[in-house]
Amino acid sequence: MNLEGILAQLTEMLVALVAAPLLMGWVNMCRAWMQNRRAPPLWQPFLLLNKLFHKESVIAVNASPIFRITPYIVFGCMLLACAIIPTISTNLPLAPAADAIALVGLFGLARLFISLAAMDIGTAFGSLGARREMLFGFLAEPALLMVLFTVSLIASSTSLATIVGYLGGIELTILPSMAFAGVAFTMVSLAENARVPVDNPATHLELTMIHEALILEYSGRHLALIEWATALKLFAYSCAGVSLFIPWGVASASDHLALLFALPVLTLKLAAGGFAMALIETVSAKMRIFRVPEFLATAFLLGVLALLVHLLLGA
Amino acid sequence: MSTLTGQIVNLFAAVLLLIAFAMLSQRRILSLINLFAFQGLALVGSTLTVAIATGQKHLLYSAAITFVLKVLVLPYILHRLIRRLNVKWDVETLINIPTLMLVGIGLVIFAFNLALPISQFSTSVARGTLGIALACVLLSFLMMITRSKAVPQVIGFLAMENGLFFAATSATYGMPMVVELGIALDVLIGMVILGVFMFQIREQFDSLDIHHLEKLKED
Repeated sequence: MNLEGILAQLTEMLVALVAAPLLMGWVNMCRAWMQNRRAPPLWQPFLLLNKLFHKESVIAVNASPIFRITPYIVFGCMLLACAIIPTISTNLPLAPAADAIALVGLFGLARLFISLAAMDIGTAFGSLGARREMLFGFLAEPALLMVLFTVSLIASSTSLATIVGYLGGIELTILPSMAFAGVAFTMVSLAENARVPVDNPATHLELTMIHEALILEYSGRHLALIEWATALKLFAYSCAGVSLFIPWGVASASDHLALLFALPVLTLKLAAGGFAMALIETVSAKMRIFRVPEFLATAFLLGVLALLVHLLLGA
Repeated sequence: MSTLTGQIVNLFAAVLLLIAFAMLSQRRILSLINLFAFQGLALVGSTLTVAIATGQKHLLYSAAITFVLKVLVLPYILHRLIRRLNVKWDVETLINIPTLMLVGIGLVIFAFNLALPISQFSTSVARGTLGIALACVLLSFLMMITRSKAVPQVIGFLAMENGLFFAATSATYGMPMVVELGIALDVLIGMVILGVFMFQIREQFDSLDIHHLEKLKED
């Protein structure tokens, strides 16, 4: 661990904190454009966060401590996830702390706490949301693990920094297994981030909401933290996607010049990724809730196929 | 050169496998036909790649035949058929789709294991893809078994032929020209006969559900 590494780590976390709401705003902007609406400004999520932080936080009388600590735990998990995914540099002191499998565990921990908190108050919507969240989480996690196993097998390491470094370093080869894994990863990230084919982030319709049902009881700074964590989760997934499947432009340990270019390249990649996500959301309709297991089973299948194709073709 | 060719053929093989799974999970007949056309296109791509890389001239012809037949003619006939039969969608599979997918994964593993010792004897650039071709054939079989309507079964049959054709190009640089022409003609004629057959089934039973064929007599 050296000064440079620590600097890179801090930059990356700061970038994540600032860029996550911006990415959210960008996706919303793209969606608005494609649906012929006037777009909200790019910094709209910041305005929302600012408003929420200035409001009083109301907590139900029968809330247990779990309800109070959950926003902090969720926010911490997502920030750590953003910190260990190499986006700008692969020289990260925190990277050895958690590998690809621990990353899935981090998301799992956040999901567990937010579901507990939702059930904690005892409202019907909370339990309903928690049930659905756990159902989809339980189906999405193996699919995500399969994708990560595939890239780990290709790079022969489960450390994310090593994987991204390896994938960015090899000469251009066509890897069919990566194509499968990429599609599976896209499907999982749509489901995990409550985007349109699975859940609609912009609705409060009782029968269909999943994510919104979990956080109905939160207000004020707690809600702000959760909203920020949601943005961070989207950012973490997008970063994992772009750094695994478009790994060029991430600076390695000893490359000072590349560090300068890393941020603009990342911005460009994320902008393209956000645009693609908005496109998917615009062209697809929300699924019936009992079709979602099928959707996630398909993602799992693609993940397994990626693994098999890698083992068979060695590519 | 040969590694790049291998990679491209591998990619097309992966696309073929992906489409085979997509067909397995597809509920709508219309999308099924489009997927079949895309599978044909992937097949043309891989055949062309092998043809250009190895300089086998007859593969070029067979790629052209495949393109005309499987990307243009057969999907067109199928489209017309379902328009005239007025069956644009079909929601029935005999087993539910996630289970079908798991069975499919099992088949893929089986096919890969089966093909591994065989492909070691092959010297072609794309010998690794034999397992995928076998998996495509088995998946199409599975699709035929699990559909109760006539049109998806016919598409399954055609997709199976795609898989066989891919196995031939990847393992041995294609079959002799005469055989290929014969098969192409057979598929076309088969398609026409099956089309007529489907009309007959509907005339008789007012439905395309082949379960009606199991009964020998009218009750």
